[in-house]
Amino acid sequence: MIYDVIIIGGGVTGVGTARDCALRGLKVLLLERQDLTAGATGRNHGLLHSGARYAVTDKESAAECIRENKILRRVASNCVEPTGGLFITLPEDDLAYQDNFIKCCREAGIDAEAIDPKEALRMEPSVNPALIGAVKVPDASVDPFRLATANALDAMLHGAEVRTYTEVTGFIKEGDRIVGVETRDTKTGAEEKFYATITVNAAGIWGHHIAEMAGCEIRMLPAKGSLLIFGHRVNKMVINRCRKPANADILVPGDVVCVIGTTSDKVPFEECDDIRVTPEEVQLLLREGCMLAPSLAQTRILRAYAGVRPLVASDDDPTGRSTSRGIVLLDHEKRDGIPGFISITGGKLTSYRLMGEQATDLVCGKLGKNARCRTAELPLPGSEKDLMEGAKGLKMAEKAAIGRQGTMVSKMDFANKSEVLCECEHVTRAEIAYAVKYLDVHNMMDLRRRTRVGMGTCQGSFCMKKVAAALAEELGCPEKTDEFVQEYLRERWKGMIPVCWGDALREAEYMRKLYADKAGEGEER
Amino acid sequence: MQDKNISKDNFEQCLKCNLCTTVCPMMAANPHYPGPKQAGPDGERYRLKDPKFFDLTLKYCLNCKRCEVACPSGVKVGDIIQKARLEFGKQHNPVRDFTLANTDLVGSLAVPFAPIVNPVMAAKPVKALMDTFIGVDSHRTFPKYSSKKFTSWFKSSKAPSQEGFDRYVHYFHGCYVNYNYPQLGKDFVTLMNACGYGVRLLDKERCCGVALMSNGFGAQARRNANTNIGAFRRAGGVVLTSSSTCTFTMRDEYEHVLGIDNSDVRDNILLTTKWLYDKVEKGEIKLAFKKDYHKKITYHTACHMNKMGWAIYSTELLRMIPGVELTVPQQQCCGISGTFGFKKENYPYSQKIGQELFDTLLESAPDVVACDCETCKWQIEMSTGLTVMNPVSILAEALDIEETKRLNRV
Repeated sequence: MIYDVIIIGGGVTGVGTARDCALRGLKVLLLERQDLTAGATGRNHGLLHSGARYAVTDKESAAECIRENKILRRVASNCVEPTGGLFITLPEDDLAYQDNFIKCCREAGIDAEAIDPKEALRMEPSVNPALIGAVKVPDASVDPFRLATANALDAMLHGAEVRTYTEVTGFIKEGDRIVGVETRDTKTGAEEKFYATITVNAAGIWGHHIAEMAGCEIRMLPAKGSLLIFGHRVNKMVINRCRKPANADILVPGDVVCVIGTTSDKVPFEECDDIRVTPEEVQLLLREGCMLAPSLAQTRILRAYAGVRPLVASDDDPTGRSTSRGIVLLDHEKRDGIPGFISITGGKLTSYRLMGEQATDLVCGKLGKNARCRTAELPLPGSEKDLMEGAKGLKMAEKAAIGRQGTMVSKMDFANKSEVLCECEHVTRAEIAYAVKYLDVHNMMDLRRRTRVGMGTCQGSFCMKKVAAALAEELGCPEKTDEFVQEYLRERWKGMIPVCWGDALREAEYMRKLYADKAGEGEER
Repeated sequence: MQDKNISKDNFEQCLKCNLCTTVCPMMAANPHYPGPKQAGPDGERYRLKDPKFFDLTLKYCLNCKRCEVACPSGVKVGDIIQKARLEFGKQHNPVRDFTLANTDLVGSLAVPFAPIVNPVMAAKPVKALMDTFIGVDSHRTFPKYSSKKFTSWFKSSKAPSQEGFDRYVHYFHGCYVNYNYPQLGKDFVTLMNACGYGVRLLDKERCCGVALMSNGFGAQARRNANTNIGAFRRAGGVVLTSSSTCTFTMRDEYEHVLGIDNSDVRDNILLTTKWLYDKVEKGEIKLAFKKDYHKKITYHTACHMNKMGWAIYSTELLRMIPGVELTVPQQQCCGISGTFGFKKENYPYSQKIGQELFDTLLESAPDVVACDCETCKWQIEMSTGLTVMNPVSILAEALDIEETKRLNRV
């Protein structure tokens, strides 16, 4: 069997490209070496940029952002929350920056409006009351897990095949042309070969390595960004600093938490697979975060995490100093003489759809296929309709499920599986069964990314055993319950260690006590 | 780095241990109620995201605060739920809820017509009509209205004599004493006078507002609270009460739930037994009791007494009466929770929750049940046939007045 296109990478860019390709009638295979959203897609702010942040430094990116922002509010309404955003000026910032900022925003098509600091405080009571200036912009919050999952789901519903835990280990070539890939199942070790007319490298920072395997070079610069998640929403709107972009100057409300970030530091490629947040980064994030919203100092930090941005050096610059935040689409046939291979990288979460569109346009061009892109018009699964309006009398857990899965709740069996398993996030057995059936779930971590199981205050302390048992049963392998629990505990500790003081420490101690009998999971501390 | 991570109502301190869930009386009786943890700190995270996540089943919370007593992390679970209900909850049944909540208005209207109102309210056809049309359960016995308000009695027959004392206390009588059962107020005056204290009423007093708060009338509750706090400030010193729930509401709920600063008067608002016990303990008041007084008493700890931790003062005072044989069983909820148990849709839960307590009380076969809360009294009397008395009334009844006066140099 020969596919039209193989897409390497199950991040938002990969699934976005897969969806676009599938919608245009191509035979698609998506390969991901871990789980969907396991890389940078699941490790960022969850900010749907208005473009304001780039308005002064990169007008092109800014204009791109606002166009995509408007599209995603429409087609991904269940993943996007139109919170609005503020750019605040604090006494130590230069208020003069604000005028130029507004001018640049407007030139890029961003609706930026200066408002009275008092008005800003009224709109967003958590904002630092010392502010001396505020600009309102159409920033929004986007759930990257949900967004990527909905894209993958729609791709699958349109015939695409998605294989997670399948690592590309090599390319199959006919002369210079790439005609397929060799893969290894990371769970069983089984090796396989897949063939396609075009192979798309959408592997984010790992695309550097993929390109090397294919015999060409993309100069990528791994930039680590660290973030902190707080236990609940402190702010309703996105809060930014109105100054030249710097570290830890964006606070985003996301689902029921809020996230402060990010740092930006170059890291070596070897570190990309096991990236950790340092105590210095935690301090910096907290210190700067409190400048935006002072109450963060009194809010429990749930965990710290870091992602790696796939920054790309400009092709002509061998030093790698000048990087772009824009979309990088490489036709390796033209660039490196490798037909059948293209790379889509750079960009950002907000522009993932456009990246998919550009990549798919190129794929279609090469396949001689004439089909129009429809991803800017067709709503993603779950986003067809807002069900929250009619949800008043529903149970809490059903409302929470609507919030996460949108119209897909119609596929959930609340009548027979109403038991709430994860209480912090109000996740029922019905939602878990749905995720297993439709969203390609193999283990606890996958389930967490699809449903928020264990993402709440207790970080799974109280529910993981119940959830593991339910998941194992839904997957038809009840004997795996203990394995699931252990795997989950090992992973969860990583994010808790950097912020293990105060209530997070009490929670961790409590978790340790509860699971002390389980094969020393707590020893990592 | 983070000096103290104390969040609003300590809700971030919740470790999700579920101790609160295990002590929630409603949780055990009603499968529709999600329990204090989920209704409180868990639900709060979602309500902060979007008020649409407000869960209508929060109406089942009794506000008994047993969750808060149990919480090892100091999370104000009950306050979080109360505040959410006030902010987002709509009245289920506006006519009935207004009538039940407005104790001052309804009481003032009923007292002049008490001889008519009482038999009418007790008549079976009327109860059936109320059940059908306004949703007040027909099994419920309504507290009888007095034909004369406590305040009228006090002003006409007691007020002048009170100024003859060189020490005095202010008395917050509450709605129950004023409209339903002035005898408790009279007993209070008797007790205070024997101890050498004159009694003064506040220059203004409104219902503490607890029923307004639990029925979703936040603005009116705030008005009442501000009136009362103003009166406490003008009164200056200590203000005594004889109802545990009024006391708890004015001391803690004014600030925690209504957000009104009462810090300057809070410590002056005291339940009579708490104040009296402290005075006796310090030797400032001496009590003498009748030699021939004999009673077997079982003390029921009201949930709000449990929350304040003050039951001990009432029981210790009762133990001072030589002829009293006192039993204090483990704290249980009677299930009525103020106006909650009057509502038709809640009545079965109320009785189911209280059953264990009723059995315990009946088994102890007391002459009288002692309790600091009037709504517990209604529930227990209706459900067990036992007589329930406020400790203040028992103390007044057992007191050797002349000897007490002599000891206190009155």
